[in-house]
Amino acid sequence: MRLSEHPILNFERIRGKEVTIYFEGKPIKAHEGETIAMALYAAGVKTFQHSIEKHRPRGLFCAIGKCSSCLMKVNGIPNVRTCITLVEEGMQIERQKEKPMLPKTMKPPKWKEPQRIEADVVVIGGGPAGMMAAINASDAGAKVVLLDENPMLGGQLVKQTHKFFGKREQFAGVRGIKIAEILQEELKKRNVEIFLETSALMLLQNGEEKLVVGVKKNKELVEFKGKTVVVATGAMERMIPFENNDLPGVYGAGAIQTLMNTYGVKPGDRVLIVGAGNVGLILAYQLYQAGVKVEAIVEAMPKIGGYFVHAAKVRRLGIPILTRHTILRAEGNEKVERAIVAQLDEKWNVIPGTEKVFDVDVIALAVGLRPSIELLHQVGCQIKYVPELGGHVVIRDSRMETTVKGIFVAGDSAGIEEATTAMLEGKIAGIGAALIAGVASSEWLKKIEEAQKELEVFRSGPFGRKVLEGLKKVVVK
Amino acid sequence: MSEKGEKIICRCNDVTLEEIEALIDQGVTDIETIKRLLRVGMGPCQGRTCIPMIISIIARKTGKKPDEIKLPTTRIPVRPVPAGVLVGEMDEE
Repeated sequence: MRLSEHPILNFERIRGKEVTIYFEGKPIKAHEGETIAMALYAAGVKTFQHSIEKHRPRGLFCAIGKCSSCLMKVNGIPNVRTCITLVEEGMQIERQKEKPMLPKTMKPPKWKEPQRIEADVVVIGGGPAGMMAAINASDAGAKVVLLDENPMLGGQLVKQTHKFFGKREQFAGVRGIKIAEILQEELKKRNVEIFLETSALMLLQNGEEKLVVGVKKNKELVEFKGKTVVVATGAMERMIPFENNDLPGVYGAGAIQTLMNTYGVKPGDRVLIVGAGNVGLILAYQLYQAGVKVEAIVEAMPKIGGYFVHAAKVRRLGIPILTRHTILRAEGNEKVERAIVAQLDEKWNVIPGTEKVFDVDVIALAVGLRPSIELLHQVGCQIKYVPELGGHVVIRDSRMETTVKGIFVAGDSAGIEEATTAMLEGKIAGIGAALIAGVASSEWLKKIEEAQKELEVFRSGPFGRKVLEGLKKVVVK
Repeated sequence: MSEKGEKIICRCNDVTLEEIEALIDQGVTDIETIKRLLRVGMGPCQGRTCIPMIISIIARKTGKKPDEIKLPTTRIPVRPVPAGVLVGEMDEE
């Protein structure tokens, strides 16, 4: 079901011309600008595949192209990430049921020379960190190219309907969706070449030169040659083990935000949220805005993890927050129909007899994020496990340069924090990358220092303490 | 199927918590070997979903600290890509 009314968002704006796609032969109305997964979900299709070994039904999970849960056969080609692939008139979409085979009748494509792009700074990722890196590298005098595998810029900002904290220059009081628009405008004003629907497949080095090999629309090879690279690939939602944790209806919090806030698709009718950190709390409020009932939030810790203001807002809506509770099981035939939760004792063991049943059709997991470091790991950057930053992160200096010269990192891929710090890190990394590329004057060092000070101030609050502890372990010099 | 209640760790290759725990009980406690035996992390998502959970499982079962558990090698391509994009057919002559 598509949402038509929302207190903040206007979906008609993003819905393009009506097109017809075919799911298992049946026509479905969709709109240009929608991804396949969103159009199917709006039409009531929640099972996207049956797993290859155990034939278990699977639906969305991350909805940003990182997990494998939404892979389908599109126009005969298997393993297409339907959550980031836009609909096209006449598209034939099928569920995968077993190990997908390439069509036998189709001839292998002719080898095509890839498109070759040269720049001073190549930015991978068009979220808050990547956009700020591109803007600032460009201002510092660099020729910049930016790629992102999603069909739109903005990263996770495009689904944030809440207003930001911080200082005026850090967009305080502005909603995330608006910040994404402002940054896009800024990018447009500069001569930054942008490649959307383009995934970075590998990061290679030839001497000092860097090469990012990308694939556009899953079809065309594009090579990005640069003097320096900023990796701002964000993060991925964590999954947790519980019975039937793969049933369609168990979604990452971000996937639910993508459904309802980016594409205006109602995720379900009744939701149980797992995790009472800021993501879980904000999600509860956003679901309420979209007219979806939140039955409860369960949190394994004895205390609510998120900011008090967010928790208070949720409590005022009458949504119960059950601390020291965990999810045991999802139940349902082909999709979530119920969630079973239980209380935990001090040693994290389930207390028998405390089971509660919630009749929900969606279980939202807001149990944390993990930095997406694949490209950095693959190219040989030194990594370290830092729980305060969300898992494995790369060692870097105060200008966000990793242990591989000329490769920079920013935003959640450098450690889980928030959009404001991602933007500041992006600024530092962008200028740093322009400096190492040899195109920026030394005056830009001052701008880096300014951003470093802003970061310091932003992190000086009680919620920055954990991050600062983590940073001590990975920031050298 | 809801009665069986499997806890899926690797979605790409349908590997369960039980299977991983059984392997750890046999003494296999490094991700690289678990990966070779159960094919976790070798599907289209390249371990993005399962590896963080496997780190937690190994830590819980062996008492190792997560920072002592080595990540498996990340190989190219880091995203699923049709082979035909990387290696197209050349003209015969």
